[in-house]
Amino acid sequence: MHLIDGSASSIKSFLKTLSPVDQVGAEARAAMLGTRSIKTSSKSWAIDMAISMIDLTTLEGADTAGKVKAICNKAVRPDPSDPTVPHVGAICVYNDMVEIARKQLDAAGGHEIPVAAVSTAFPSGRASLEVKERDTKDAIAHGATEIDMVIDRGAFLSGDLEKVFSEIQFIKSICGDRAHLKVILETGELVTLDNVRKASYLAMAAGADFIKTSTGKVTPAATAPVVLVMLEAVRDWYAMTGVKIGVKPAGGIRTTKDAIKQLVLVNETAGPEWLNPQLFRIGASALLNDLLMQRMKLRDGHYASPNYVTLD
Amino acid sequence: MMTFEYAPAPESTAIVKIKSEYGLFINGKFVPAKGGKTFTTINPATEETLTKVAFAAPSDVDKAVAAARTAYSKVWSKMPAAERGKYLFRIARILQERAREFAVLETMDNGKPIRETRDIDIPLAAAHFFYHAGWADKLEHAGVGSSPKPHGVVGQVIPWNFPLLMLSWKIAPALATGNTVVLKPAETTPLTALLFAEVCQQADLPAGVVNIVTGDGSTGSAIVNHPDIDKIAFTGSTAVGKGIARAIAGTKKSATLELGGKGANIVFQDAPIDETVEGIISGIFFNQGHVCCAGSRLLVQENIQDELLEKLKRRISQIRVGNPLDKNTDLGAINSAAQLAKIHELSQSGDLEGAERWSLQCDLPGKGFWFPPTIFTGVTQAHRIAQEEIFGPVLSVLTFRTPQEAIEKANNTPFGLSAGIWTDKGSRILWTAKHLKAGVIWANTFNKFDPASPFGGYKESGWGREGGRHGLAAYLKGNH
Amino acid sequence: MRIDVKKTYKLYIGGAFPRSESGRSYEITNAKGVFIANPAQASRKDLRDAVVAARSAFGGWSGATAFNRGQILYRAAEIMEGRAAQFVDEIVAIEGITPSAAKNQVQEAIDTWVWYSGWCDKIGSIYGSTNQVSGAFYNFTIPEPVGVVGAFAPQKSSLLGLVQTIAPIIAAGNTVVAIASQKLPLPAITLAEVLATSDLPGGVVNILTGITAELAPWMGSHMDVDAVDASGLTAAQDKELRIAGSENLKRVSTFKSELSPQRLLAFMEQKTVWHPIGL
Repeated sequence: MHLIDGSASSIKSFLKTLSPVDQVGAEARAAMLGTRSIKTSSKSWAIDMAISMIDLTTLEGADTAGKVKAICNKAVRPDPSDPTVPHVGAICVYNDMVEIARKQLDAAGGHEIPVAAVSTAFPSGRASLEVKERDTKDAIAHGATEIDMVIDRGAFLSGDLEKVFSEIQFIKSICGDRAHLKVILETGELVTLDNVRKASYLAMAAGADFIKTSTGKVTPAATAPVVLVMLEAVRDWYAMTGVKIGVKPAGGIRTTKDAIKQLVLVNETAGPEWLNPQLFRIGASALLNDLLMQRMKLRDGHYASPNYVTLD
Repeated sequence: MMTFEYAPAPESTAIVKIKSEYGLFINGKFVPAKGGKTFTTINPATEETLTKVAFAAPSDVDKAVAAARTAYSKVWSKMPAAERGKYLFRIARILQERAREFAVLETMDNGKPIRETRDIDIPLAAAHFFYHAGWADKLEHAGVGSSPKPHGVVGQVIPWNFPLLMLSWKIAPALATGNTVVLKPAETTPLTALLFAEVCQQADLPAGVVNIVTGDGSTGSAIVNHPDIDKIAFTGSTAVGKGIARAIAGTKKSATLELGGKGANIVFQDAPIDETVEGIISGIFFNQGHVCCAGSRLLVQENIQDELLEKLKRRISQIRVGNPLDKNTDLGAINSAAQLAKIHELSQSGDLEGAERWSLQCDLPGKGFWFPPTIFTGVTQAHRIAQEEIFGPVLSVLTFRTPQEAIEKANNTPFGLSAGIWTDKGSRILWTAKHLKAGVIWANTFNKFDPASPFGGYKESGWGREGGRHGLAAYLKGNH
Repeated sequence: MRIDVKKTYKLYIGGAFPRSESGRSYEITNAKGVFIANPAQASRKDLRDAVVAARSAFGGWSGATAFNRGQILYRAAEIMEGRAAQFVDEIVAIEGITPSAAKNQVQEAIDTWVWYSGWCDKIGSIYGSTNQVSGAFYNFTIPEPVGVVGAFAPQKSSLLGLVQTIAPIIAAGNTVVAIASQKLPLPAITLAEVLATSDLPGGVVNILTGITAELAPWMGSHMDVDAVDASGLTAAQDKELRIAGSENLKRVSTFKSELSPQRLLAFMEQKTVWHPIGL
């Protein structure tokens, strides 16, 4: 798709064609969709769908092999007492944990669960291109089939959009057909919804397979208006190009209520075609147990306790 | 492909206790009408009868006015203003406490979705009382002289489209300014007014300050023509409004009238397109289009017409039409068979006159009064559907080439209640607002209401304003 | 015979009730000289902390809707009405007036909250304006809260004076560090308890008890206090405060006991905005 030839001027003129976002109006639309009442059978469906969309994540300096193995087991079998619970969408770790994660997933029977690695000097993105290249190649070499890269927000905010664009293109070329590329916009640092829209289009034009809200290290992260604008972007991109790009909100989605609101946003913005783990993922960790507790409540008819879901 | 069906999410009606029969609320008590005459009110979504309410004859109106007059001269006009305000604060608080009950009852009697009564009608009604409570002892700042006085007894007639909210727009300022009230709710939606009477009792409001008389047009007429009423406040059709203007000519009565509209929603090419679509949807489908200030004419800049219509139709296909008590319903029932017939008649004129109709294909319930969200494209000023108020979920789409043309078309109507402006450019918002002959202009938003914001129309959309400092003026006499 | 549980009177800062960081307290006796309590004696550091709390709370409070502010001030009236008897007892003890006079004072204080509650969302309609300038410009003036206001409550009133001082300051959207009457401080802390349970965010109102002469210079010289209500100061203290306050041009006002919108406007700035009208 040659909307942008990569030159600074073509990027600028393309982004100028985008419609402005009215913040108050967008927030009102997102809030109204948050009032949808999802009960009974729809709620069960949504809970299972949300579980299958989770990129179960651990991205801490203190991560160890033990920690990573534990979440891999949890990813395959979220509830050891209930085999009907679906497995999660992916595991997301730092690139030096990819090999351990892949091995453990396979050992636990989770062959179809991909390992996603954060890359390009996550979370800040402040490093040389060589470092970012190496980061990405290492991850893929060790078995990551998904790369979650960060955009250079400093370049974006200072107007060097060509740099942002070319970096995404470059990382995409490294991924080739071995890994799908999620581009993290870090919307909390972009601040305005106009910037979120512009960054979304920039990422999609540069080759992103998924656009992702946040690193999870900055607040605010995946707020409803931000996700709304990103879903509008993928919807309109599909209308323009015939290509479906995925969306991944990450950060701040802790409860079943939050997750269901995200699914409603998808349903009524991009549409039901996006309601699957190929096109929508939720970056989260604590969310999984809340989903399991809500699932238990629907199954058993009474409120659940954290004692009945595994820590990891 | 997975579809995300929303299971039914009905709000329970258990919170509402509808009596088998209601009397008139006169002098602090519920009393039967003369001869015990009653009429029924139904739920327009199901056509089931909800209850019987009293039918006020002219002699009942006499009693109500007498009660209001006595309450005015003996109690209300003598009460210190701050104490008067405290009654309004109490009423506001009780409305907040009983909010859910009012929301469910309003939905059952009117047909509008529970989400709207819960999130908009009821909270705004409480806010109106809260806002006006604070004015009671500050009237020297209203801009009507240093020591303004109330009129005395005020007669108020309200419509069926926002029953409790219209009641609050009428009663709150009337009481805050020291008047007493005889109010007639619409005949298809009396129930929240009657529940409001209970709130007055719970607030210990002195008897006769508020009187609620249920009935039909003849009851309204009796109020308008009553010699001991000092002022009329009316919201309803332009035709009836003109009748009131004639009726009070030569009398001492003043009137405020809030009448019909054919609001133009103007979309310039640089509008924030997604939020604009939401604004257009809200403008015409909120409250089933039963809104005097509805954006019922879309005036879109011709060069973005196709793109906008495509987005609009896609968005309309997401509108959920059905049981108003379901929390996920977006569009509820038309309020009455009569109103539904009017909507059909005008829509048919659109077909006959050559406009192109497009409606959402959706399942409509077997019982009740329903109309799917509909847009007519290819509409021009000469079409009836561009001139007459449909008061239903029907949007007429016209185009313009230049801002001047947008203004001419927007103003080319005897109405002048509302308008919308959608553009990214501030100076254009201000230029367009300056040239529009409309009492309420929304820029990059629509259907926003606040007790602090004056509301009312130019030309045949009525006389006077409600809300804000400007809305107090109608209820006060200055020292000039 | 039942031994009653006496209240400890601490400071009210940032929504919490800490003792003075100096560890000091001072003795309050009733009108007959009998000991009642040892309320905290606030230090300059407590004042410093209170200003930090007030500044931190300003964004949220001034950014709330006027309607929301009005609801909270009305809630303070509701809570206070429920605790009227407690206030009456305290005022009788500390001021030595009759229960009937104390009751009048409490009722007037409650009605003061109600009065100012009704002002919050009307200031703009009455004191703002659109200005008919020459040229194709839309020009409007809006009143805005000035920021953190220091306030010295009248010395002779244990409750009413403080309420008349605080209510308009926060109704206008400001946050406040209020110094209670030095000799009659106890109802001020009970008032703080009312505010702490009225949905008022912590830091919007901060109340310090202690020695006025000690605290006034630190308030006057504090560069992050935007304005001061100096009603509770002597003429000499007032002058000193104004001299110190000139360093950051504090807006200083004093008032007689009264209900007046001037008490709102004294702590507001007027912002005027121009925008072209055109295509």
